[in-house]
Amino acid sequence: MLIRLEPRGGRSLRWAYGSPLLALVLTLITTAVIFAMLGKDPLVSLYTFFISPLASATGRPELLVKAAPLVLIAVGLSLGFRANVWNIGAEGQYTIGAIAGGGIGLALYGDENVLTFPAMMIGGVLGGMAWAAIPAFLRTRFNANEILTSLMLTYVAQQLLIYLVTGPWRDPEGYGFPQSRLFDEYATSPNLVPGTRLHLGVVFALIVVALGWLVLAKSLIGFQLKVVGQAPRAARYAGFSEPRLIWFSLLLGGALAGLAGLFEVAGPVGQLTPSISPGYGFTAIIVAFLGRLHPVGVLFGGLLLALTYLGGEKAQIDLGMPNAVTGIFQGILLFYLLACDLLILYRVRIGQRAPAAKAAAAGP
Amino acid sequence: MVTVAGGPGAAATASARDGAALLRLTGIVKQFPGCLANDRVDLAIPAGEIHALLGENGAGKSTLVKIIYGVLRPDQGEIRWRGELVHIANPAFARKLGIGMVFQHFSLFEALTVAENIALGINDPAQRRDLKKRIVEVSQSYGLPLDPDRAVHDLSVGERQRIEIVRCLLQNPRLLIMDEPTSVLTPQEVERLFQTLRRLSQEGRAILYISHKLEEIRALCERATIMRLGRVVAECDPRQETARRLAELMIGNELKSPSHRTTGADGKGARLVVQGLSLRSDQQFGTDLKDISLSVAGGEILGIGGVAGNGQTELTAALSGETLAERADAILIDGRPVGLLGPGARRISGATFVPEERNGHGAVPAMTLAENAFLGAFRRLRLVRTGLIAAGQTAAFAGRVIQSFDVRTTGPAAEARSLSGGNLQKFIVGREILQAPGVLVISQPTWGVDAGAAAAIYQALLDLADAGTAVLIVSQDLDEIFSICVRIAVIYQGTLSDARPIRDVTVEEIGLLMGGAHPEARKGPSHANPA
Amino acid sequence: MSAGFDWVPLVLSVISASTPLLLAATGELVTEKSGVLNLGVEGMMLAGAVVGFAASVATGSGLVGIAAGAAAGALLALIFGVLTLTFLANQVATGLALTIFGVGFSALMGAGYVGIALAPLPKLDIAGLSDLPVVGPILFHQDILVYGSFALLAGVSWFLYRTHAGLVLRSIGDSHDAAHAIGYPVIAIRYAAVAFGGAMCGLAGAYMSLAYTPQWAENMTAGRGWIALALVVFATWRPSRLLLGAYLFGGVSLLQLFLQGQGVRIPSQFLTMLPYLATIVVLVLISRDRTRIRLNAPASLGKPFYAAG
Repeated sequence: MLIRLEPRGGRSLRWAYGSPLLALVLTLITTAVIFAMLGKDPLVSLYTFFISPLASATGRPELLVKAAPLVLIAVGLSLGFRANVWNIGAEGQYTIGAIAGGGIGLALYGDENVLTFPAMMIGGVLGGMAWAAIPAFLRTRFNANEILTSLMLTYVAQQLLIYLVTGPWRDPEGYGFPQSRLFDEYATSPNLVPGTRLHLGVVFALIVVALGWLVLAKSLIGFQLKVVGQAPRAARYAGFSEPRLIWFSLLLGGALAGLAGLFEVAGPVGQLTPSISPGYGFTAIIVAFLGRLHPVGVLFGGLLLALTYLGGEKAQIDLGMPNAVTGIFQGILLFYLLACDLLILYRVRIGQRAPAAKAAAAGP
Repeated sequence: MVTVAGGPGAAATASARDGAALLRLTGIVKQFPGCLANDRVDLAIPAGEIHALLGENGAGKSTLVKIIYGVLRPDQGEIRWRGELVHIANPAFARKLGIGMVFQHFSLFEALTVAENIALGINDPAQRRDLKKRIVEVSQSYGLPLDPDRAVHDLSVGERQRIEIVRCLLQNPRLLIMDEPTSVLTPQEVERLFQTLRRLSQEGRAILYISHKLEEIRALCERATIMRLGRVVAECDPRQETARRLAELMIGNELKSPSHRTTGADGKGARLVVQGLSLRSDQQFGTDLKDISLSVAGGEILGIGGVAGNGQTELTAALSGETLAERADAILIDGRPVGLLGPGARRISGATFVPEERNGHGAVPAMTLAENAFLGAFRRLRLVRTGLIAAGQTAAFAGRVIQSFDVRTTGPAAEARSLSGGNLQKFIVGREILQAPGVLVISQPTWGVDAGAAAAIYQALLDLADAGTAVLIVSQDLDEIFSICVRIAVIYQGTLSDARPIRDVTVEEIGLLMGGAHPEARKGPSHANPA
Repeated sequence: MSAGFDWVPLVLSVISASTPLLLAATGELVTEKSGVLNLGVEGMMLAGAVVGFAASVATGSGLVGIAAGAAAGALLALIFGVLTLTFLANQVATGLALTIFGVGFSALMGAGYVGIALAPLPKLDIAGLSDLPVVGPILFHQDILVYGSFALLAGVSWFLYRTHAGLVLRSIGDSHDAAHAIGYPVIAIRYAAVAFGGAMCGLAGAYMSLAYTPQWAENMTAGRGWIALALVVFATWRPSRLLLGAYLFGGVSLLQLFLQGQGVRIPSQFLTMLPYLATIVVLVLISRDRTRIRLNAPASLGKPFYAAG
């Protein structure tokens, strides 16, 4: 028996939407098997992981809180990935955004006013952009691969954060813990619904989805990103500047990642600590692919992967499962998605390679 | 994974019955999605025969020879080799039988040496010993000089073809398949190749010679099989037929020939001027441009001929602005120096461009026709409003291109890759022409395009010139240049000859220019034997 | 620097720090020479580290641990192979997925092994030579994977440039269409190259958990997989230069210990940054010469291959 691929000769719209759903179903089945192998009841585990976080009134807003940074980062990454600009250092840009924006909040400690938080947001955006500008410069000026440079800078950013919160920015009243002061109310992302942790970042995530859609679907720059990614020669032919698009992609990705980082430390976390991210910058890569590199898709992808964070915590508390299950789930989901995407461009045929030739061979 | 079919037990008796033909194909069928490439094809080649396989692009010639060489497998039909039924599962098996093939687009490895390239084509480890010595021997005895230690990327196209031929000859083949071997050679190189092929035929080797060049086939081949749309439409002795008769068999219907032009320039002066353009190629295996000058007047069509890889790609990229010149006044469009401006500014200055490659250069295959219309036309037609795409106007323009140029498609929302090569070419040409340019630079206007689409494109170019546009055609097809251009220049290793009126030159003179010789320097009786 | 400084332990530490880089980069070099870019090195190293450690704990045998680590790396690489070679998925995205999966998988599997100590791999002594001063401990008192890393690099170099199979592998990396036209099984050979690369990354991970630390900790490779990827670029795809690169980076990553030992007062976080910053600097220095990269990089690197018919 042979599995053969046959080009469709175009994109199948049905599978463009069907592929993520099929991938999700296959992932759920595989995860259930893993749960069973860990000695847990698969159905109970799946329920705990995917349903119970949404069952409580506190869980649903929390989903949005977790999805906000993922969506913010992933919209930026999606536009860049369209242009084959592989910024995989969003985690580092997130960290620097948190440091730069949070640093403004700490610097103004005691003198906060209504302008403090907007200043911190600008700081977060600029911090993320600055960090992303390094790989952009190195790629356009020196041809250095942005995958490796942006990733290396993530490790550097992490060390910088540890240095700051254990050294100069450590909370003087923090009993020596590696963390900064708590941000003042003026230096905190405004809360939207009392009693929840919903904050301004959620609104920004939605705005960014809408703007991202506008840029990608309707604007000249979005068109340029798509052309340079699919056919670099056609982009040069049309006079689109590749270096400019690399700069745009990285700066946009860095700005949104930096903003996400600032919202996180000045929102749910409330201070700078060495663990301000459960890997949002990396998970956002999966969100981007799951969302078909499309801002609206990213919104749904972000909600799903936010659920895996909540589910992972829940499973840890209720079932004593290791937190790493979240990572496994995310990795498997991306595997299946990449495999299922094949169906968009190809038909899968199962069976003998060429029955006709066989018939002819059996002939005279 | 590899299945070698056609075991030796099959038939010793059959070979006696069918002994006349070295290779006999019967009822070969090959279906690709949306295209029946071979439809019940029969073919027989005896030993020692030079057999032509003639047909237009897309007639199914390449598919058929790939089946013979084991690159593709037929859906139906049988192959007999020396009378024995065989299943050629892969090229290694084909070579074991004694079938060698020289590809149209050489399957060479740029980064490897000549000897390494040849070693890759030899299955038997014993034969790979002393390889370098044997390469030198074979190449010398057949007049195909080669240095086994040179890297392929340093070699000329003709030298590269020699590698392929030597690679085949080292295996002592009984049948040599040559797929469009002369499309990249100068006329003089072609003559030399023919001498080698005739000698191989005298040694008893059969040659299957694939081409669409009629005169070549009449000069070289004893037998011709003519294919059209996947089927064999005729078999004949090409030496007994006129070129016109062969062409009719190949094309199938009478063609409207484009109107011949005797006058060119409209007298209003040059619209495209290139003066002293020199450029170092930034590509790994590119050609440097050396002091190129030309000028094209409004209403005139200038053709640039030359063998592939002599700087055509670099020249068209320099004209379109994809690579910038060193001086602004190296290139003038309607008098405006544009040498330092990019493609966008040059389009706004009045020029439009059709590149040689459709997929991924002139058009983005996975994008719709509307998006592809936008790609080339948004600047001149002002299809961007405050950073956003004017979708309605874009679709309307795409619709106009589709209608005016008779592009067979479902509409502006169809993806470019869903179109056939000829239809996509018509779309791209139409997109550039309907912007009413002052200058049009078009590369290989009808490459891989069916005859009907080619005629339509020629007519459109002539009409455009009549409307006062300066048209520059870069083409490897001399027939094309001779039939629609007023003047011709030849590019050779990055240098452009002076342009001369078509009616004053002969094909032989152009051939010499394409090979780097200067006809003016050899006045008097033409030299006897170039080889 | 004091006159009595003992260089031997420093050199030994450099060798330990360099060996995983050398192993992983050698594997990735073979994969890339066949035209496949597998960015999942970090994930495969982590899988090799945790599986090797677990197998070693279970059986008490270092050799079994090494074999299990290599097998785990190869298995993960084969998942990558199925996705990119058979299902034609984007190699960059799939490599990232492999790393994300490897991080999660190793954390899940390793949860029960955190804090367990293991005896390091035994050193293989060569009678007489190992007792020589200076040279003895450095050259003749190493564990099997250190010797193995040199042997494998030499073997790969010989394979690529002295054997026909190696020539075929390079030809596929140069032009898969041409290799296919001649009749070489492009996909099968790429599977082999990908699996070999994975096994080597698994070995690199196993070396870290069995010999370098030797224990299991979450994310213990700390970006070495990515540095190994950069090393392949640094070496411009030539095995001989990998050795230089790996030892250079091994040296840089130990600089912090050395400097701290010398009493240099720099916050440790800045010293920890050094290998990552050095990677960026080296990448820039090599990549700025575009023609050199283009002449040496396998021409079909990262491009999917689909054979019609």
